[in-house]
Amino acid sequence: MQIFHRSTNTLSRATIFGAAFLVAVLLWGILELQRSPYITYAGVARPQPAPFSHQHHVAGLGIDCRYCHTSVENSSFAGIPPTKTCMNCHSQIWTNAPMLEPVRESFRSGKSLVWNRVNDLPDFVYFNHSIHINKGVGCNTCHGPVDRMPLMYNHASLQMEWCLDCHRHPEKNLRPRDQVFNMRYEQPSSDTPVEVDGKTYTDQLALGQDLVKKYKLRTVTDITSCSTCHR
Amino acid sequence: MRMLRKIWPVGLLSLAVLAGCRQDMHNQPRFKPLAESDFYSDLRSSRTPVEGTVARGQLREDTYFYTGKVGNNPGEVMPFPVTAEVLARGRQRYNIYCAPCHSRVGDGNGFIPSRGFPRTPPSFHIERLRKAPIGYFFDVMTNGFGIMQDYSAQVPPRDRWDIAAYIRALQLSQSAAASDIPAGQKVPSVAPVFEEPGSGATLPVVQIATPEHGEPKAAGPKEEKP
Repeated sequence: MQIFHRSTNTLSRATIFGAAFLVAVLLWGILELQRSPYITYAGVARPQPAPFSHQHHVAGLGIDCRYCHTSVENSSFAGIPPTKTCMNCHSQIWTNAPMLEPVRESFRSGKSLVWNRVNDLPDFVYFNHSIHINKGVGCNTCHGPVDRMPLMYNHASLQMEWCLDCHRHPEKNLRPRDQVFNMRYEQPSSDTPVEVDGKTYTDQLALGQDLVKKYKLRTVTDITSCSTCHR
Repeated sequence: MRMLRKIWPVGLLSLAVLAGCRQDMHNQPRFKPLAESDFYSDLRSSRTPVEGTVARGQLREDTYFYTGKVGNNPGEVMPFPVTAEVLARGRQRYNIYCAPCHSRVGDGNGFIPSRGFPRTPPSFHIERLRKAPIGYFFDVMTNGFGIMQDYSAQVPPRDRWDIAAYIRALQLSQSAAASDIPAGQKVPSVAPVFEEPGSGATLPVVQIATPEHGEPKAAGPKEEKP
């Protein structure tokens, strides 16, 4: 005599496969969550003591990145400008703007403005701006379209897989050194050829491979080894 | 459904555990550049050198190199030979730090003063500044002048000299006569229009109208909302 109804065959199969499916979905969900802006804050603007707009200062006024981030070319740290750098201009323009009161207050009192850090790597990662700048990695390769950010947000996830994407294939992102700070630089194509040392490139890979040699990049094995970034 | 009920707590617990072990390694209790510190009363982790001490390599023995002055008067000479590299570096640095106000050709019609400065900086091509000794420009960059703040923190001394040399080159170029051009060299009669920046930030977009309130609306490249 049958104890179980015939339909339980299907049911048992469905539960077994369903369980496996559920576990897989859960794992996938966790991994997706880990990469999502919910964890990485990518694309999420942070509150700041004064609503500083990179869009206005870079695209609107044409101020170079290095005007404020003075140490980016020769230090690991790009540098947050002292309040005085703001006051170079804002002692003359928008001197009564309520928005800028925290800046003036900081200048009067000598107390630092407390900006909220946006591109924050974990402390177990060694990162050096100057080496990237000097090997031809553009600012916006990592920081995204800063000249179109009314409020600052991190463009990239800043996760290890993202770092490694480029460290494994540096030729995909390199550009001539004199274009590093150009926010409107476009990778070479037939519409936007790039000229380096009298040679015209219409293909990023060709340019990148030549720049890898020209700027004497270390081998991929070197720059993907653990101790390059975790030292 | 029973399956779900069993898995959910496990899933939540593992998430909580993962979240819990995260931050200690991510935010280590050490000083990061310019980060806040609750140890010092001014909340700064970056300290200024103790008064009266000199860091290695920062003893400013070469007074002329660091002040541009001989006695109280601005000096007439560059402290190092001017080469093409010096001028190229000076040009690059000038375009970053000076051009926003002084303009790329040094006529004082930079973009920033046009946004509401009480007055524009003087042109480098006026008689007084053409006759000014080179140390004068170094001194102004180091100590500021009028409403111009000093740039000693933003531009290191060597770069300030490079810029001073480049300002001289601008002055010469803007008052050059046809006879100054070496034979066989062609010079365009109109200054080039900077449409594409070679390096540096995006060039400012051209303004067309100023509304009554707030900032002028800009025309030019489309502004995409992120």
